[in-house]
Amino acid sequence: MADNIITVSDDTFDEEVGASDTPVLVDFWAEWCGPCKMVAPVLEEIANDKAGALKIAKLNVDDNPRTAQRYQVMSIPTLLLFKDGEPASRIVGARSKNQILSEFDPHLV
Amino acid sequence: MEVGTTRNVVIVGSGPAGLTAAVYTARANLQPLVIEGELSSTSDQPGGQLMLTTDVENFPGFPNGIMGPQLMMSMREQAERFGAEIVTKKATKVDLSASPIAIWTEDPDAAEPDVTTKSLIISTGASSLMLGLPNEARLLGYGVSTCATCDGFFFRDKRIAVIGGGDSALEEALFLTKFGDSVTIVHRRKELRASKIMQDRAFKNEKIDFVWDSAVVDILGDEKVSGIKIQDVITGEDRELAVDGVFVAIGHEPNTGLFKGQLAMDAAGYLVTEGGTRTALPGVFACGDVQDHVYRQAITAAGSGCMAAIDTERYLASFE
Repeated sequence: MADNIITVSDDTFDEEVGASDTPVLVDFWAEWCGPCKMVAPVLEEIANDKAGALKIAKLNVDDNPRTAQRYQVMSIPTLLLFKDGEPASRIVGARSKNQILSEFDPHLV
Repeated sequence: MEVGTTRNVVIVGSGPAGLTAAVYTARANLQPLVIEGELSSTSDQPGGQLMLTTDVENFPGFPNGIMGPQLMMSMREQAERFGAEIVTKKATKVDLSASPIAIWTEDPDAAEPDVTTKSLIISTGASSLMLGLPNEARLLGYGVSTCATCDGFFFRDKRIAVIGGGDSALEEALFLTKFGDSVTIVHRRKELRASKIMQDRAFKNEKIDFVWDSAVVDILGDEKVSGIKIQDVITGEDRELAVDGVFVAIGHEPNTGLFKGQLAMDAAGYLVTEGGTRTALPGVFACGDVQDHVYRQAITAAGSGCMAAIDTERYLASFE
């Protein structure tokens, strides 16, 4: 996993995502979800391309149901972009790199 | 992808049909290019419909079953091992009247195609149909789901509705009983299209009940799904059913939009093939679910992918 991808949990979410100065893209995923596995390498590429401007955080919904519930995640993969600790944009379902960037880029300026 | 050279064969689509065709044409030294598609939330994505499944129990060679995504990743690896080139792009336009055949993967309005080829294997598969209701799109991801295996987990101890009466509907319903408190199958007819073994399993399952002769006319809920409105197709009466999750499994449509006006299709839009995998155009072959609405299995798709590869090989050899 790339250096700029972190793993967050119910316990560390507020500190790592809520209090972050840089925008954070949270990937809600699980081991048994095929599309989540497909989107993982795309997120690694984005993490490298956007190093410094965007943090990527992975949250396993199996182990961290509280955070998933708090943000009404009912379908995975869900990609939630947090800016100043608040959700700014959301993608449900796997997407190509271009589609992810065109959705989130406007929020990264 | 090398620009400017004409390929021997391009394969559009990367489910069991496309990847089997890739293995065979690569082993025949034809250096195939596979345009595998792009990630999406539907089955129209690299790997195809099996990417949205869990256990595949009926693919020969795996006595304990294999996970659908794992099977597809293995097929992809096998094709690459023999030299197939795979690009993660979607074909945006094809011109089958051109010689060589022209394919666009970027801007479909560009004057020059992105790749040209002597032969083409079409294995673009089929996508699951949605109900087409405005509230269905609005609540997608908030209780409406297209992937039971991805989303069943979020409906632990909840009430779930599955729409449809075929094998995929029953498969989803049975899978969802692991999580849900109840699973209601809503079907437009009085009897199921599903295979006998699946029907037996569903009828035996205590968590599953059926609503017959009923069509879903609306999905209810503000922030998330709270129920569905169903209409009795015989009496015309509407009623509401309180559920937290809606899984739609009402069938498939072939991914043939690219070929409209260029290849013969049946009434449902499936490509018409003859004598194996041949279309009416020389050098254009079709395999898998894009031309099969009868069998629609991973193994039959793989089998027809092999046929398309052999048909292609013979076609190309006829010019030597």
